[in-house]
Amino acid sequence: MLSSWRARLGWSAVRLLLTVVVVLGVFGLFLWGLGRDPIKAYQDTFRLNILNPRGLAGVLARMAPLLLTALGVAIPFRAGLINVGAEGQFMMGALLGTWAALNLEGLPMGLHLALVLLAGMVGGALWAAVPGVLRARGWVNETITTLLLNYLAPLVVGYFVFGPWRAPELAFYPQTPEYPASARLPLLFGTRLHLGFFLGLFFLLAYAYLINRSRWGLELRTVGGNAEAARRLGLPVERWILAAMMLGGALAGLAGVAEVAAIHTRLKLDISPGYGFMGFLVNWLAFANPLGILIMAFLIAFIASSGFTLQITQRLPYAAVNVLMALILFTVLAKPLAQRGKR
Amino acid sequence: MAETPVLRLVDITKRFPGVLANDRVNFDLLPGEIHALLGENGAGKSTLVKIAYGFYQADSGEIHVHGKKVEIRSPRDARRLGIGLVFQGFTLIPAMTVAENVALFLAELPWLVRPKDLRKTIWEASQRYGLELDPATPVWQLSVGEQQKVELLKLLLAKARILIFDEPTKVLVPHEVENLFRVFASLREDGYSLVFITHKLREALTCADRITVMRQGRVVGTVRPEEASEESLLQMMFGERLVEVAKAGTGRVPGEPILELRNVCTKPIGTAPGLEDVNLTVRAGEIVGVAGVSGNGQRELGDAILGLLRITRGRKIFLGEDATHWPPRRLIQRGVAFVPEDPLAMAVVPWFTVLENLALLDPRRFSRLGGLALDWSGVRQLLRAGFAKLGLNPLPERARAGTLSGGNLQRLTLVRELNRPYHLVVGLYPTRGLDVRSANAVRQALLSAREEGKGVLLISEDLNELFSLSDRIVVMLKGRIVGEFRPEEADLTEVGRVMTGAGVVHA
Repeated sequence: MLSSWRARLGWSAVRLLLTVVVVLGVFGLFLWGLGRDPIKAYQDTFRLNILNPRGLAGVLARMAPLLLTALGVAIPFRAGLINVGAEGQFMMGALLGTWAALNLEGLPMGLHLALVLLAGMVGGALWAAVPGVLRARGWVNETITTLLLNYLAPLVVGYFVFGPWRAPELAFYPQTPEYPASARLPLLFGTRLHLGFFLGLFFLLAYAYLINRSRWGLELRTVGGNAEAARRLGLPVERWILAAMMLGGALAGLAGVAEVAAIHTRLKLDISPGYGFMGFLVNWLAFANPLGILIMAFLIAFIASSGFTLQITQRLPYAAVNVLMALILFTVLAKPLAQRGKR
Repeated sequence: MAETPVLRLVDITKRFPGVLANDRVNFDLLPGEIHALLGENGAGKSTLVKIAYGFYQADSGEIHVHGKKVEIRSPRDARRLGIGLVFQGFTLIPAMTVAENVALFLAELPWLVRPKDLRKTIWEASQRYGLELDPATPVWQLSVGEQQKVELLKLLLAKARILIFDEPTKVLVPHEVENLFRVFASLREDGYSLVFITHKLREALTCADRITVMRQGRVVGTVRPEEASEESLLQMMFGERLVEVAKAGTGRVPGEPILELRNVCTKPIGTAPGLEDVNLTVRAGEIVGVAGVSGNGQRELGDAILGLLRITRGRKIFLGEDATHWPPRRLIQRGVAFVPEDPLAMAVVPWFTVLENLALLDPRRFSRLGGLALDWSGVRQLLRAGFAKLGLNPLPERARAGTLSGGNLQRLTLVRELNRPYHLVVGLYPTRGLDVRSANAVRQALLSAREEGKGVLLISEDLNELFSLSDRIVVMLKGRIVGEFRPEEADLTEVGRVMTGAGVVHA
């Protein structure tokens, strides 16, 4: 038993290494084709984002939303659901959190912040409840609805930042007033690293424990593993489907509000460079495995940060990084095929 | 035997994982003959004709067409040799018209299809055999019987001379069946040769020139209808009547009713029948067997009892309480256990370990700290004790369910289901597909459940099993209970006749 575990771990490591080599190689060719020096580019990104403490803190700061959105995809995934809507849930979490930040001012410091974060979770959960109910009733597939709701969420946020919540002092720019100090997530060590990172770690640990050890985890995984058996065992399948979607939405929503409360300090339309989608990618790479989510969130955060580095050092458009991420996705999606070949 | 058979299958053997579907089967079809292939479900009829049609390849054996040995590697080969098969499930494209569906099938379809010619051809052919089809109608508007006619038309226009029908009457209402037999007769007039698969005796006796009976992958014999009777055919279909009635069953008095169904009805879903006015009582300490050809409402009966299928009319009483609309969870908590036919699909999670699957017995029972943790040592205890109680060796606790054999999976399910506090156990084909030893373990478990005074409802296709275990046997046909027997008073032939709709007995 143990040895097969080790063998599997070994294979995963080899596969991961090969993926990295292939991806770096192909992206290197891409850089070279654009007339850049790939070796230099890689050296720069590594030096500025890993070796440099401020850079590393930036990578970790980027991990915060990724951990949470990845968990937001992983929990429904364990219940057999594909949540493509973390991006929209992220936006709606930021929206409801902002309402709490701007309207509950005057509460004690910690309490206000806690309510802001909670409101963010509620926002994401409610947004995810829509596809959750539709799926639990067996009416509409959740993949479609979560995806489509991603296009709706920015419009809702747009309505508020262009309209009722628009900051009077900067009327030409669509954004809300700043969060009061009591609603801000503290930044640490004078870097971009913020408390949200530890929230992400906390929820990752909670996920790792609960999904494998608790009764709820067992029931949720049963629903995902064999819905027919779950139904016949009398488990409340519909309720679990809704709960998994809402839990996922809550964490994606928390990612959104934390990002605003720590980094942007006010709600606007461009708070996410696609954290919801990156979270989906992280979960896919990790296959809902907690340790995998930690590693992959770091990797993706590093790549996203590298995008900015390359923008400066190599004068590449940020979109170049999307090419890199797409490459990774392709390499990973090729995995099942390779396995099929082996058997 | 002056005539050369148009189709001759010689010593055909076909093995699927775990099943010998055809065992040295010989079969011949004469020119201008209607040859019925009769047998129970799983007797190997469908496999045999699918081999003749190139859908499967035989492991060994030969196929001769018009006296010449041929290789049929694909349906394409078969069609070139003039063999056509009307499948059980149809292969039409609903959005297209009759004409388009037929055109798709024709071998020499020209580059440009001239719809007018095509329609004319179809019209002529359908008139000739009384098929009465309008070529311009989209297929989705057609009834099942009409769709079958389109399938037949396809074969006729593709110049097939050997027509095979795989259970064509299964989806038809009685008058459509008569109609189909008239079509058969006129096809025979024109020199077509027909193979007609059925498990209904009457149909075989009505329309066939010869009847070949299959049982458990073998041909039992071929007879002419005028030489055969329903009794002799049943004898051939179900085999020797060496049935040992369990001695423990006789002379005991069953206790209080545990489950009562009163005029229970459910809605039909798709082609499956709904229950119609089902009345059934299961008492403490008795095994009630449910016989029937599969697809006659047995699964629906099980699901209605388990609370998985909504009861639209009638009442379900469980332990004296009205349980008509109880959800599955409540029924399970009050004491209903369930042993399914296919545990991998219906009872366990494939990538869970044995231990995790056992914990699904009742996650709340093993829950600690309000759900934060699970009592795995309690589950381990259940693993040891539960298997010991059934006289079995415990399975390795860390093995993934998906890697276990069917028999071991069923043992796992038994240990889980029979270790809840239960009063009624519903077995839905619980021994189907199991090896003899595993099947006997299941039967033994059901017998000891009866000894403990539980009620047992056993749904099965295996008449021998039903006769040896049951105190009473009810027979289902088209969603109704059409007969009730005591195994010590009835014989298999009688039950078999009622199962196949040959005669309705009012209990």
